[in-house]
Formats: sequence, structure tokens, C-alpha cells
Amino acid sequence: MGQYTASELWSITAMQSFAGFSLFSVLLLMALGLAIIFGQMGVVNLAHGEFMALGAYTVYLCSQLAHNYAPALIPVYFLFAIVAAFLASAIAGLFVEWSLIRFLYKRPLDTLLATWGLSLIMQQLFRTIFGAREVTPTLPDWLMGSFKPSESIDIPINGVFVMALTLALTGGVWLFMYRSRLGLRMRATVQNRNMSGAVGINTRWVDRLTFALGCGIAGVAGAAFTTIGSTGPDSGSRYIVDTFLVVVFGGTASLLGTIASAFGIAQAQSIFEFFLEGTMGKVAVLMTIVVILMIRPKGLFANKVRS
Amino acid sequence: MTTSQQKMFAPLHTLRRAIPGLMLATSLSLQAADYPTASVNTTGLSITETTVTVGQLHSATGTMAISETGSIQAEQLAIDQINAMGGVLGRQIKVIPEDGASDWPTFAEKAKKLLVNDKVATVFGCWTSASRKAVLPVFEKENGLLYYPTFYEGLEQSKNVIYTGQEATQQILAGLDWIAKEKSAKTFYLIGSDYIWPRTSAKIARKHIENKLGGKVVGEEFYALGHTQFGSLINKIKLKKPDVIYAIIVGGSNVSFYKQLKAAGITGENTTLITISVTEDEALGIGGENLVGFYSAMKYFQSLDNANNLAFVKAFKAKYGEKSVIGDVTQAGYLGPWLWKAAVEKAGSFDVDKVTAASPGLELTTAPEGYVKLHPNHHLWSKLRIGQWKTDGQVKVLYESALIEPDPFPKGYQ
Repeated sequence: MGQYTASELWSITAMQSFAGFSLFSVLLLMALGLAIIFGQMGVVNLAHGEFMALGAYTVYLCSQLAHNYAPALIPVYFLFAIVAAFLASAIAGLFVEWSLIRFLYKRPLDTLLATWGLSLIMQQLFRTIFGAREVTPTLPDWLMGSFKPSESIDIPINGVFVMALTLALTGGVWLFMYRSRLGLRMRATVQNRNMSGAVGINTRWVDRLTFALGCGIAGVAGAAFTTIGSTGPDSGSRYIVDTFLVVVFGGTASLLGTIASAFGIAQAQSIFEFFLEGTMGKVAVLMTIVVILMIRPKGLFANKVRS
Repeated sequence: MTTSQQKMFAPLHTLRRAIPGLMLATSLSLQAADYPTASVNTTGLSITETTVTVGQLHSATGTMAISETGSIQAEQLAIDQINAMGGVLGRQIKVIPEDGASDWPTFAEKAKKLLVNDKVATVFGCWTSASRKAVLPVFEKENGLLYYPTFYEGLEQSKNVIYTGQEATQQILAGLDWIAKEKSAKTFYLIGSDYIWPRTSAKIARKHIENKLGGKVVGEEFYALGHTQFGSLINKIKLKKPDVIYAIIVGGSNVSFYKQLKAAGITGENTTLITISVTEDEALGIGGENLVGFYSAMKYFQSLDNANNLAFVKAFKAKYGEKSVIGDVTQAGYLGPWLWKAAVEKAGSFDVDKVTAASPGLELTTAPEGYVKLHPNHHLWSKLRIGQWKTDGQVKVLYESALIEPDPFPKGYQ
């Protein structure tokens, strides 16, 4: 690296660690909702990516509305759109749980097929309603561009925004799961459904709300990703593999595991991508994950309980 | 009517229709009566006295639908226009549309259906190289005819396929020459999606840069289709400071790539980026504001200022809406039916062998991209243009090459 000056190397190191953290927040944001649905409830939801896409499309709709009817709102609409994305995906989740998932809690393999079918249905709905073309919402100006702490360092603002959102959402999920009444009921139901029912918890409603919450979080993730990429009918299927990777690698039933796993994968990927090339970087990451999962088959943070 | 009946009655038809045929001989359009079915169709294709059936095989659903919709529309427009002019050899073109659904085995299956069951005279279709490779054995075995619209990596030539887009050297070499001269560029960074077309194109670009331009490739990398995180790559670009970024990224990745470049402060104002994978169609998704100042190398841009193109754009927008945009492949799709019409009329027959035999040397003076000529290797002579992107998602054309001979198997580039 002799041909580069020290200050260049310093700025690249700074920007590179930012890239790692940025990828970390993206992966964590993707995985949070699934950590609840798959990790806590044990539902293999292959349509999880489509709930993200639903959130993204909601933002797109809001942006169209703001653009056509209230141009003055463009700088602020995005914040409302995130809330709308949460609600849209959560309501869709509520409906899906009521109409499909609740019949399949004891049949995990059928869930796999049913949610795969659901993902195809949702993709085709997106295609019919929004068209096959990828769409991008008009983003407020303050989200674009970069922040320059020094001459040679550019920190993209959308990356900072996604990070802040991830932080807030992770904090929120933690508070909800470990500090709220409903979170307590949710964890109780996961650990022992019969006993929870016996002490007066309406487990059916807990299931429904938990599923809806997971979907709502997916919607927020989708909303946040509109600042990074575009949204198409098949955007969801692009995210689903990474999402499951993070949750499984972290150990399915642990929120801390999901965070650690997202961090590990993100840092490894951005470092490998920097020193190798794109495809080889990904290969190296997947190889590492396979080896670690062979040593720790239950993931990084497995719950040590007797079954 | 069966084929044998058609053969038996053919002379009678000729006689019966001979008089009106003569009366209309002065008119420009060809009359079906001058070309009795039995003589223009000796191989049992689905052709009657008044119609000829053709197939259209694209992805109307699935991932590729976004790209292929433009080709479907352009081919349909050309067919409508040809029908309005009186059809081909006096026969109206009837289209059987099939959906390849972005799935390559489905493409092969539908190709077989079109050729064997429907007995279509020709097929306009395919978009990705993968889908073309999947249908190729079917077309060669059943002796069908395919008009393929996409610019692609070359290294292929089939007697059953007419390639109306550019092969790689036509799109790459002149563009590299221009940018190297214009920007005095010496160092290049090649970035692509990870599949056959970008990889082959990057290989050709690298050979040209190293052997012909005396430049240096300082980075060459590929990312999986659908990749959305380019942070590490952008940092590498910033560290290596290439004179030119050469981008061959396709699909959804494009949007993330250009958005992130802009967010990282790499814009047309301070960086030279040239791409061979962004047309007006992609620009619509990426957003003109993220592309401003970057260059695309294509044979066609919607903003080309010539009478053919103005009429084409007007007709396209009248049919598909004022907001629709036309990219390079859409225009190449539009050429297919016209080239087929010209070949059939030159051959005086719909038989595939006669149509392909008549194809080399065909000229179209009415093409929106300007004059094109069909080479014996089944590719088109065409020009290369460099466009610079503007905020409205259209380009300003800065450069136009002379007609470039297609060379699908370039020596020294493999």
C-alpha cells in the first residue's frame, strides 16, 4: 500500500468501518421482524421479504400522494410514511395470521409451503397493482447527499438515517419484549403454551399480535430500504436469504444472537469485499458461516434449555 | 384447408384472383393473390390466404418483465404498423403471445409449442442470453426463426437467429476509444453483475484497454444479481482513483449502485463513469438526478434527432402513453418485424430457409436508429452513440461512430 498517503488510508479506514456499520444496520433491520416470527414463534415465514416490499410500496404510495396533493409536505412525509408502512404491513400480517398461519402452528413443513405460496401471491399482486417496473419514492432532500467531516471523507446521510432507525427500532423491540406486559405474555406463550393458557393469557391473540408486530417491523425495514435501493415486485425475494441467514446464524431464539450475528456477518462481508472482489467476498462469508455452524449447530447464541 | 388441398387448388386461386391482382398491380402493397399460399409456404407453416401467424416469446411476468415489456410493446407496434400497410405478402400478421415467465426451461417449452403446435412463421422474442441459449436447440432442431433484440456478449451465430441488437465489440470498443481520447484516460475500473454478459464484456474491455489503448485496469469485480450494498466497492474506487469507471451492472442493483455513488460524493461532476447497461428504461428506475453527467454507450437513444426516430417515438407514445420511455433494446425489438417483412418479401416466401437466405445484405432505411444493414453473420451493421445523462432521464448525444461491422467472434478478444 506504499502508493497511498497516510491521510488517504485513514479516511478509507473511516469510510470502510462506516460501510461495515451501515451493512450491519441493514442486516439487523431485515432480521428483527423475522427474529420475532421465526425466532420466537417458530413460524418459517418465507413471505417475510414481501412484507418488507409492502412497507416499501407504502412509502412509494405516500410519496406519490405527497407529490400530487401536498408538495409542501415532501420534506416531512417520509417520517409519516414509515409509520404508515408499519401499520400497512402489521395489518396485512394480522390478516395473514388469521386466515392462514393459525391453522399451521403444529405443521412447520406445511407453513414453509404455505408462506412460499403466499410470497408468490403477494409478488404477483405487487406486479398487478404497481407494475413490473421498479419504483423509487421521491425522497426529501435532507436524506440524500453526504456529510463531510473532512475533505476526503464522505458519510452518506441515508446510511446514517438507516443506522439511527435500526438503533431506535432495536431498542423498541427490546423494551417491548423484556419490559412490557404483552412482551412478557409473548415470551410466556413461546416457552409453554398450555401453562400460559392456564394462567389466563389469551394465547391466540398473543400469537396474532406477535405475528403482526413482526410483519410491521418488516414493513419499517422495507420503508428504510427505499432510501438505499429501488422497490420491485421481487425485491422481497432478494432480502429473504440474508434475513434467514442472520436469524439462523445468531441462534433462533435470541435477540442478542440476532444482533451479534448481523454485526459479525456485516463486518466480515465488508472486509472480505474490500480485500477480495465482490463475489469472492460473499463466498468467503458463506464459507465462514458454514464452518461456524458446523461447530455450533444451534447458532451463535443458543438457548441452553433441556427439551 | 389442409396443406394438400391448398396445393391442389392453388392454380385455381391464382386464376380466380388474377384479375383484381392485375388491377391493383400499380398499388405499392403486395397482394396475397400474387403469392398463393401453396407457393409461399412449402413447409406447412400456419399461413392462410389472408393471415400469417407469428409468435412472440418474452417474459410478461417474473423478474425480467421490467425489461422485456418494452420489447413486447415495440414488436407489437411494428406489427400493427405493418398490418396497417397491408401486411406481409398481402397477409395480416396474427400474433400468438407466449410468456416465458423469466424462467429458462419455460422459454424452451413455449418455443417448442410455438414451432411444433402453432407452426408459426417466425418468433420475436427472448431478452436474456440465458433464455436465448435455452431456446436455441429448439429453434435449430425444428428449423424455426428467431429475431433476438438484446445487445449481448457475442460468441454466437446461428442460422436460425437474427440478432437485432449489438454484439459486445460493437458496443464496447468504439465507446472505450472515445472515452480514452476524450478524457485522456489511462486507468479503468470494471464493475459488473455476475453472469455471462457482464463477464464477457469485461473481458473484451480489458483486452482492448490493455492491448489497444495502452491503459491499465486497476480493478475488475462482479457482484451477485440483486446485490444492494456497494459501500466497500465505493471505498475501493475512492482509494484507487481510476480515470474511468466502467459499469456493467444490471437490474435492481443498478438503482442502489448509482444512489450510493451519489451519496458517497461520486457524481458526473468529478468522475467519469461510462456504462453499457443503462438505457432510458433503467434510468426511469434509477432517477435522472442520480445519473447526471455519467455516460452510456448504446446504438440508440430516445432523444436521437432524425425523422425516423421522431415518427417512431410519436407512434410509441400515442400507443403506450406519454410517459413511456424507449430504450436501446426496445428499438432493436421494433426492427425485428420490419427485417422479417423485408426478408420475406425479398424471398417471395415464408419458408424459413428462403427467408434466412434472403436476409444477408438487407437494408432498412426507416430504422429509428438510422440506416442498418444485415451482415451475413446475422448481426446488424450499426453505429455506436455516447449519450450523457440529464436530470430528466434522457441523454444528450455527444458522439456517433461510423457504421460498425458486427464481429461476434472477435480475434484477440477471447
